[in-house]
Amino acid sequence: MTSSAETSSSFARPHRAPASRARDLLVERYAPLVTMVLAIVAIWYIAAVAMNWTLVRDAYEREETPYTISDVLAGTMDAERPLLPAPHQLAAAVYDSVFGYPPLAPRSLVYHALVTLSATLLGFLIGSLFGIALALMIVHSRVLERSLLPWIICSQMVPVLALAPIFIVMLGALGLHGLLPKSIISAYLCFFPVTIGMVKGFTSPDPLQIELMRTWSATPRQVLWKLRWPAAVPYLFASLKVAISISLVGAIVAELPTGAEAGIGARLLAGSYYGQTIQIWSALVVAAVLASGLIAVTALVEGGVLRRMGAH
Amino acid sequence: MDPRKLRLGFLLATAAMALAFLLPPAPGAQPLSARPYVWEMSTAACLSCLLAAWRADLAAAIIGLPAAVLAAAASLLLLDDRMVAGAAGPGFWLIVIAAWLSAGLCVATLASLRQLRRKAQRAIDFLVPLLFGATVFYLWEVGVRGLGVPPVLLPAPSAAAARFASSLPTLGTDFVQTFVRGVLIGYAIGCGAGLLVAILAHRYQFLSRGLVPLGNFFAALPLVGIAPIMVMWFGFDWPSKAAVVVLVTFFPMLVNAIAGLSAAGDIERDLMRSYGASHRQSLTKLHLPAALPFIFNALKINATLALIGAIVAEFFGTPTQGIGFRISTEAGRMAIDMVWAEIALAALAGMAFYGLVALAERATTFWHPSYRT
Repeated sequence: MTSSAETSSSFARPHRAPASRARDLLVERYAPLVTMVLAIVAIWYIAAVAMNWTLVRDAYEREETPYTISDVLAGTMDAERPLLPAPHQLAAAVYDSVFGYPPLAPRSLVYHALVTLSATLLGFLIGSLFGIALALMIVHSRVLERSLLPWIICSQMVPVLALAPIFIVMLGALGLHGLLPKSIISAYLCFFPVTIGMVKGFTSPDPLQIELMRTWSATPRQVLWKLRWPAAVPYLFASLKVAISISLVGAIVAELPTGAEAGIGARLLAGSYYGQTIQIWSALVVAAVLASGLIAVTALVEGGVLRRMGAH
Repeated sequence: MDPRKLRLGFLLATAAMALAFLLPPAPGAQPLSARPYVWEMSTAACLSCLLAAWRADLAAAIIGLPAAVLAAAASLLLLDDRMVAGAAGPGFWLIVIAAWLSAGLCVATLASLRQLRRKAQRAIDFLVPLLFGATVFYLWEVGVRGLGVPPVLLPAPSAAAARFASSLPTLGTDFVQTFVRGVLIGYAIGCGAGLLVAILAHRYQFLSRGLVPLGNFFAALPLVGIAPIMVMWFGFDWPSKAAVVVLVTFFPMLVNAIAGLSAAGDIERDLMRSYGASHRQSLTKLHLPAALPFIFNALKINATLALIGAIVAEFFGTPTQGIGFRISTEAGRMAIDMVWAEIALAALAGMAFYGLVALAERATTFWHPSYRT
């Protein structure tokens, strides 16, 4: 905060100790969030009791053992195949499958997360490079802008995931297996936001600046490297953050119809075949952790790059 | 476009067509000159390419277009010959190159037209991508049939189209099951709920402070993964698909609508306050209209997400109909042309859906700077 802002605000408001103001800001910022999260957890517990109730009660009645309400209540908290696992049960399952096995054992979620992560990253790399290349072509050619851009938008209306089984068949016939088909699907999903964002970014410089470059008789390449690229960097990171989460979705979903043996999508599918609800939920938790981790890393890189480029 | 380049391009196309007369379309097949219809078409294409090369201006694009169509038709007729399909030789590919060149030159010329009147501009904006797409489909068709790519790998678009036309009843039931029941119902509920919660959050600051970070977090999660759970909760039929769609569409709408509802400027708010407007009045007369561009943005994002969500949910179990179900079973039976027909159906439905949302956006947010020219 600059000193002038400090003085003007201290004129406007009664003086307070800086520590208490910082604490107030903290409370103002996080109290609603914490309340919301606590509310969700509470609703979750109540829902777990309500949804698992008949399940547990029926089990007792089938075994014809006498039971009390508190027995059923306890049962809803640690049923083996609950409709909705209680949060602590889920946390224990996630902890167990992450730390309970060596990281490369097929029962460890770390292993599955790594498989999906590698497909995600490869797809993200292919997709964003392709997206940037497309944006460059579109920015430099009016013909491509007119003829290609509408089709790029249309391509996103095709439910790409529907293409996944075919991609697997096609690429399998060409002798490609494993990582690449999944990555191509996630690349197909994630190139679009990059292209659109980068077209916007490359065309974001002021017309005045472009004219200035022309008065210096800069070549198109010089205009690109010295003006368009730096101007496009904020747009690049904004679209990369979208792209990486989409890329993860693509990698997970590509594992569904391909009958993959490993990966988060494969865990989801296996869990749904065998009715292992806790396994599905813990795969979902790991996917969520992965998604937020990837976005956080992108945001960190963004912060670093923008700082080096002189942003405050 | 540069007239010299244009002339060179059309001359090359002419040369390719002329060479095609000399080389056989396939090893051992009849030459072009011995085939009725084909040689007339090829000659006409060759001559109009020459004419276009001579003009080398805007008229060239108009002459080049029939040349491209004629060359394309000639090559497609050639493919009906068993000798040519699957074993096409240089004579055949030269015709394809000529068709592609002249179509490409037409697209480039039309696309680089500048300073037209508004109506002409709109027609060009429509025509250019259409021509481009037609060229791509033509090359796909000719490539697959000329090279004899096995249909299991990649069917020709005409095969997929024939399959589409012959299995309309199946496609119809799949469309109703996936799109009308799963997608539309889920979309309406998800977007409606997102908007309602955003309006509540706009009323109560506390709610909005908590919901914005949570909504952003959830919007970035791979929420389609919830599909197996929804199938477990709501059964195999469409309610589980609609539930996935609700979840997938809710958060983008929430985040965008909250951002949109706070988009009205300070001056407008002060004006509403000075009129003594109630909360409801300022909501309906100021904040909601100002939020419309954001809301439509979310509606457009959700149009794609909803279709993907419904199709993915079908991978986890369906009654024996639905786009996703059909795709996975037909892919398992190697009936790839049916798979492509289903994809075409999904793409058409998705584009129509998106188009409707975009039209509604134009009709309601005509005041927004991005539409004023």
